[in-house]
Amino acid sequence: MNSRTYSLIVSAVFFSSLGNVLLSKGMKQIGEVKSYTPADLLPVFVKTFSSGTIWLGIASLLVFFVSYLLLLSWADFSFVQPVCAIGPAGVAVLSYFLLGEIISPTRWMGVVLISAGVALVSGSEPRTVGD
Amino acid sequence: MRLVVFIGIVVLTGTAGDICVSHAMKRIGEVHSFRPAVVLPALLRAFRHATMWMGIALMAVAFFSLLALLSWADASLVVPATALSYVAGAFGAKFILGEKVAPVRWAGVILVCAGVALLSLS
Repeated sequence: MNSRTYSLIVSAVFFSSLGNVLLSKGMKQIGEVKSYTPADLLPVFVKTFSSGTIWLGIASLLVFFVSYLLLLSWADFSFVQPVCAIGPAGVAVLSYFLLGEIISPTRWMGVVLISAGVALVSGSEPRTVGD
Repeated sequence: MRLVVFIGIVVLTGTAGDICVSHAMKRIGEVHSFRPAVVLPALLRAFRHATMWMGIALMAVAFFSLLALLSWADASLVVPATALSYVAGAFGAKFILGEKVAPVRWAGVILVCAGVALLSLS
């Protein structure tokens, strides 16, 4: 894996995790949506799109998508897709160490399997199709 | 049964979307630099390919089907099941994009799929 592939994977993984965390935080601040009638959804919509956290989340996901597209301009999809799964595993590990969240043994097993899978895929040649 | 059909729709449309986008990006060729002056024109070129728009439309269908599904089905079943996208993605990459998925990569994809499913169990 060359350094450009590596930096784009780090960028895609970091910004997709950050974006999802920000969207989740922003939506929790807005509060649970209890009614789905258009009249009740409109204020939720306005509050959502006037939240700075939500916009930061959208911006992060946009950076993720551009990194993902650039990666796909040369690397295999069957390489990029599994390798990017290290993101959710990293979020689980960070939320354990930084936020003190409790991770069940089943979820730890998931982290271990993802890490092993990503190690296997990232050892393979990122590109197998010719021009 | 309805659940299986809906999960199938979410997984297949999402994967098809990724495959289409990947196809469009391969068509424009390798982007060698991260400078905005290089990246922006490259992305604009990608959006001239129909597969890019098809891919984004399919991803939107996958997203809204998932939302619809979560409105009536149990999220603790649905979310782990969407990990099947990793296996569907490897099949699509092999048979549609012509990538060579070596046995080591298959093994990695299956581990990742199982791991993502376990991680999303609450």
